[in-house]
Amino acid sequence: MTVRSRPILAAALLAVLVAGAAIAFFTGEAAQPQALRAGAFDPPHAAPEFALRGSDGSEVTLARYRGKVVLLTFGFTHCAAVCPTTLATLAQARSGLGEAADSVQVIFVTVDPERDSAAHMREYLAAFDRGFIGATGTPEALAEAREAYGVTATREGTGPDYAMAHTSSIFLIDRTGRLRAVMPFGHDAADFVHDVAFLLES
Amino acid sequence: MSRRPVAVALSLLVPGALGWAALAPVEAVSREELFEIPPGTSARRIAGEELEILPQTIRLGVNDVLVLKNADAAPHVFGPTLIMPGQTFRLPFTTAATYSFLCTAHADGQLNVIVAPRPAAGWERLRWRWSTLTNAG
Repeated sequence: MTVRSRPILAAALLAVLVAGAAIAFFTGEAAQPQALRAGAFDPPHAAPEFALRGSDGSEVTLARYRGKVVLLTFGFTHCAAVCPTTLATLAQARSGLGEAADSVQVIFVTVDPERDSAAHMREYLAAFDRGFIGATGTPEALAEAREAYGVTATREGTGPDYAMAHTSSIFLIDRTGRLRAVMPFGHDAADFVHDVAFLLES
Repeated sequence: MSRRPVAVALSLLVPGALGWAALAPVEAVSREELFEIPPGTSARRIAGEELEILPQTIRLGVNDVLVLKNADAAPHVFGPTLIMPGQTFRLPFTTAATYSFLCTAHADGQLNVIVAPRPAAGWERLRWRWSTLTNAG
């Protein structure tokens, strides 16, 4: 390489970098990821309130957990795959949060009050995390809570081994009681840790 | 004689830019796919009109964001969640997979979102960048 060709080569390399940056900019590759990994509402509204019977024998409301981040999910204890996976993920997330876990409350609202008594839910949930609370109530009260969150639940099959097809998302409610986001089923514990930490700080 | 440096620069620039576009990793790409419930949707549904606002299947890429906006005066279950009037729901997808959501807006009660993996290095990535660049214009 001659001394004269060096500036040309340097200019060409610079031009390649500029062209790359320009392509990255115009293809959106410089865009920033959004703050939450869950689906976020803008603007957030107050999370619909409910009053249900808790697996600990008390009344479960959202107001009771003001000051904590609430992870609200709907399911049933006879669920074969989705609910145990969700609960195991949430338990893992809580343990990944360390001391901040005390500022998080998981509420598991049953879609199957026929089989999910408060006592049965308490025993079932304790296998995942003793801090979780279950919620049950009359079919009408549960249907009202589901409707307020746009959750569906349909009985499938007959006989004692019936199943429930239901919405599997997890609702993220901030410390002031606003419904901030919905995490679809399938996300791992790290995503919950990330979003809960964000909600605790914001 | 004075054209020589320009020719040399171009001969380096063009293959260099193509090489970058074909090989540089695709990292923080984030495009938004917006679907909006227009004003008056609820009234039209009550009147018996069949409306298909959200397609049965939506195709996105990794890191894309599905944006669902409710411009109507009534709440709507739209895709994976209930969205209040005037509210926007932004759902990012960071993993390539097929996602199925219960969605009452569809006749069979299901919405599918297919998230394609990042384009592989080489021709596929070059073509993807070209298509993204031309679509952005």
